[in-house]
Amino acid sequence: MAEQSIRVASAHGLHARPASLFTQAAARAGVPVQISKGGKSVNAASILGVISLGINYDDEVTISTDGENAEQVLGELVTILSTDFDAN
Amino acid sequence: MEFHGVGIGRGLAVGPVLRMPEPLPEPADQPSSLSADAEQERITDALAATAVTIRLRGEKAGGTAKEVLDAQALMAEDPTLADDIAAKIQSGKTAERAAFEAFAGFRDMLLGMGGYLGERANDLDDVSQRVVAELTGVAVPGVPDPDYPFVLIARDLAPADTALLDLDKIIALVTSDGGPTSHTAILAREKSIVAIVGATDATQVADGSTVIVDATAGLVIVDPTEEQLAGVRTELEARSAEVPVPIGPGALADGTPIPLLANLGSATGAADAVALGAEGVGLFRTEFLFLDATIAPTVAEQQEHYTALLSAFPGKKVVVRALDAGADKPLAFLNTAHEENPALGLRGLRALRANEQILRDQLTALANADAATDAELWVMAPMVATVEETRYFAAIAREAGIRTAGVMVEVPSSALLADRILAEADFASIGTNDLTQYTLAADRMLGSVAALQDPWHPAVLRLVGEVGRAGVALGKPVGICGEAAADPLLAVVLVGLGATSLSMSAAAIAGVREELARFTMAQAVEFAGIALAATGANEARAAVLATISKSEQSNQPEHQPSQKVE
Repeated sequence: MAEQSIRVASAHGLHARPASLFTQAAARAGVPVQISKGGKSVNAASILGVISLGINYDDEVTISTDGENAEQVLGELVTILSTDFDAN
Repeated sequence: MEFHGVGIGRGLAVGPVLRMPEPLPEPADQPSSLSADAEQERITDALAATAVTIRLRGEKAGGTAKEVLDAQALMAEDPTLADDIAAKIQSGKTAERAAFEAFAGFRDMLLGMGGYLGERANDLDDVSQRVVAELTGVAVPGVPDPDYPFVLIARDLAPADTALLDLDKIIALVTSDGGPTSHTAILAREKSIVAIVGATDATQVADGSTVIVDATAGLVIVDPTEEQLAGVRTELEARSAEVPVPIGPGALADGTPIPLLANLGSATGAADAVALGAEGVGLFRTEFLFLDATIAPTVAEQQEHYTALLSAFPGKKVVVRALDAGADKPLAFLNTAHEENPALGLRGLRALRANEQILRDQLTALANADAATDAELWVMAPMVATVEETRYFAAIAREAGIRTAGVMVEVPSSALLADRILAEADFASIGTNDLTQYTLAADRMLGSVAALQDPWHPAVLRLVGEVGRAGVALGKPVGICGEAAADPLLAVVLVGLGATSLSMSAAAIAGVREELARFTMAQAVEFAGIALAATGANEARAAVLATISKSEQSNQPEHQPSQKVE
């Protein structure tokens, strides 16, 4: 199982637009991906699950998968999490 | 058929009606007569179809609405939600009930998280309604979207509804619930839409009927006669030929200046406000600087924002309100305690006083910005209830270098002791929304008591009059910065009660300027007296309107030869 931790860059955290972009990307990965914060873990393709984690700016989250192409899948999701979508 | 309500502004319009569909009833919790597999198939199809419909609407809407709608489509496709629904179906529930309960579970969770996430609860409700509508084969509740202009009749409009409305297609808005400070009324004033609110039973009007909406009279006429329609056309032509009062300083017909100021929530609205003729800012809300912060912003960060704001108004007055927060608008660093009655809790100046460094930092940032710009900065404290609080705020503000320190009068106790309050403060600004809420003991946020939330109520006007009188006696300015100032006729009454300036959303300024120019100070004082003597809000409004139409008729007897003038 591959996992990676990262701090969320979006100024308003992982809500609304950044959350949509993230969950869509996770769904596209085609393999189950989990995202966790503070010990609570949810399906990364579930927007309601992701929103329910209440992820704010600079919170540390961990994403993990044991599917194929794990490194590539996680790399893509990390890029999204480290982008500040609220900047413009 | 006719319906009476409270007109917003003086607009007049005619057009075909479309009603906002009623929300669907809660699906009954009874065992399914189908197999779990059959119910599962129904819900899978309904969720997929709902997501497709929502995405299509998003494509059509574009912009921010598309983002909101795309997020809603994802909610319909959400795997966690789907698992939850499947489990409920396995336990024997119908697809409708399972979907309803699963959505409600997530909605309650979001509401529990509060703030921004709480607002998303509305989105979830909307998706839930759509899925249930799809399952039961009824019309999807939501905003009508025809390809022709129409008069929208609704119970009341929520912000989520209005975000999706194509305002260019709306000829007029009529609501059966909601008062003059409802979201619908505020929207109508901001966008200059002809509107009547609180027109009880107006939702009975059938789709497609033609109605005349006359905001001046607060009247909706259903299926008007040819004669009535011709009258409206003549009147509309006459109005379009009228020369609008040019943009300039607000004043009564006798030349008494009544500065018209803008309410702003961030520095970005400043240029628009100036373009619409704002002579300054009467209420600058500073909450936006703090809303998403987990720690209070620094003096330097705040100073930058305040400097940007003040720079937009060289030589003009800018009244900034110190941070106004409480358990109803919680900030992580200010007050996180749960309160049974947040409106009566540790909020406004009370919360700042409990966190004095935040207040001191804000005042320092404001004083620094003032020193760096040419605007005339006034600073006021929110939710002041006592003379002692006034003294406290004035002292701490002057210590920080603020030259003009005042208080908001929102609590009846402050209005009743306005002479003693104004002896300590440099000015007072009346927040009519809260003043009405506290005077009539009617929660601003509660639809079921919205009818009581009417600043025309003589009890509210009497309190305004107390502050006005104290202002005149002590030579101190008394401003109005609630929704009441945006109601053109009420604005005249407030001036008659002693208000020396009026602050409102910038879009409402033109309408108020025009109304002020119609009347003299003597008339404003007369109207104030008439309104104060009435038995209730509707009576006060009607009595002032009757006085005006009477005096207009006696001034133009040649137009109304048969009209009896007392």
